[in-house]
Amino acid sequence: MATPQRQQILSEPVTPIPDTAESAKMTASSKLNARNLNFYYGSFQALHGIGIDISSNKITAFIGPSGCGKSTFLRTMNRMNEALRNTRVEGDLRLDGEDLFSMDVTDVRRRVGMVFQKSNPFPKTIFDNVAYGLRVNGIHKKSIVDDAVERSLQHAALWAEVKDKLQKPASALSGGQQQRLCIARALAVEPEVLLLDEPCSALDPIATLKIEELLFQIKDITTIVIVTHNMQQAARLADYTGFFLMGKLIEFDDTKKIFQNPARKETEDYVTGRFG
Amino acid sequence: MRHFEQELDLLKGKLLEMSALVENAVYRSVQGVVEKNEELARQVLKNEGRINQLEIEIDDMAISLLALQAPFAADLRLVTAAIKINNDLERMGDLSVSIAESALALLEEPVIRPLIDIPHIAGLAQSMVRKALDAFVNRDPEMARSVLASDDAVDNMRTASYHELISFMEKNPQQISQALYLLSVVRNLERVADHATNIAEDVLFLVKGIDVRHHNEERTTAVQS
Repeated sequence: MATPQRQQILSEPVTPIPDTAESAKMTASSKLNARNLNFYYGSFQALHGIGIDISSNKITAFIGPSGCGKSTFLRTMNRMNEALRNTRVEGDLRLDGEDLFSMDVTDVRRRVGMVFQKSNPFPKTIFDNVAYGLRVNGIHKKSIVDDAVERSLQHAALWAEVKDKLQKPASALSGGQQQRLCIARALAVEPEVLLLDEPCSALDPIATLKIEELLFQIKDITTIVIVTHNMQQAARLADYTGFFLMGKLIEFDDTKKIFQNPARKETEDYVTGRFG
Repeated sequence: MRHFEQELDLLKGKLLEMSALVENAVYRSVQGVVEKNEELARQVLKNEGRINQLEIEIDDMAISLLALQAPFAADLRLVTAAIKINNDLERMGDLSVSIAESALALLEEPVIRPLIDIPHIAGLAQSMVRKALDAFVNRDPEMARSVLASDDAVDNMRTASYHELISFMEKNPQQISQALYLLSVVRNLERVADHATNIAEDVLFLVKGIDVRHHNEERTTAVQS
């Protein structure tokens, strides 16, 4: 039926729909930039000339076989590797354009949070776990700490499950809850970047889904970089995906491109399981 | 060979069997019309059941592979292309049946070949089907592109045939029923060519990972990229 509304729609000029991935790439500013980054464990070179721009408020996933350097690179991004003896880093790594290696390390770790494969709650109450980072940073005022704990637990999709038992020990929580508690603890200090190293590998599918959903929710407030062995997880979650092999970043592109039509044969072989 | 690769090979095998059946059906239905070959036309009707059965089996296998193996990259493109090619093949099978039915209806009618160009359009449509399927079997983007280039020629031949048939009907109103059968044959051949074009597009997606549908300007450059 030729209603006036329909007529109007029909007479509107057709404007091309922008390619969302392309425009996202062009508009997203980058949070972390690595250039020619090398890393050595003693004489063993674990990272070879890594160059990458990690976009703000996006989820970036790193995939690759064991020992490919993806976790090493992740740990380099909040200078976790410095705790290891006999290691050496070369090259350029910048957070908001600032040289990460010359910043105060405590400052780096406040701005760049980390969540590990195995949940590692402190032997304290649920509340004290989340409040820990704030107190270390000198924030003690009860109303501020209370607010931050609640907000962080809500961001970590855990608040509803623990709000009545905040003074119970964290060890009483299930594995999936403990991992979300660790994410809440990391979020409490409002990090600009959240690094996650295989955060779901010890969790069942339901707990995994909860973590993935919460990562989607919090990418508005933080930049997320995740290392995962689960390619489906990278495909589901990430805006961009990087493939590491033998210490090199082989390919880095839109997740859709990596899993539908990768440019490099090594990537194709890995994502289709024909590797090695 | 991994279990998954064996399953992919099985899927490809079924798709090849289906392509062979459909290519045959197109050829036989056309021979039915052009050569008035009743036996070939009847074979098309007989084989339709097998094509339909294969369509169901291929979809079932492809959906299982998607659900159970979660394929990526070239494997993902193969499985999704298989689903689409499967659909095009089944439609081509149906169109062959329609052409064969027209062939049977036309058996008793005198030939009006001088008037219209059915053998020509049939030859081109058949060659597109063969090339599209060869392009799929050999993963040959060059051959797929040659199919895309023929699509416009078939459309033009269909339009020319329509005009010829309309003026034939105007001059020979007593033979309208025969002309209508021929009109339907031309239309169905043009549709067969359209499905061959779809398959060629799917082959380009499968091999090169590019989507050339509805982008005429990209079709000619698709292979060079």
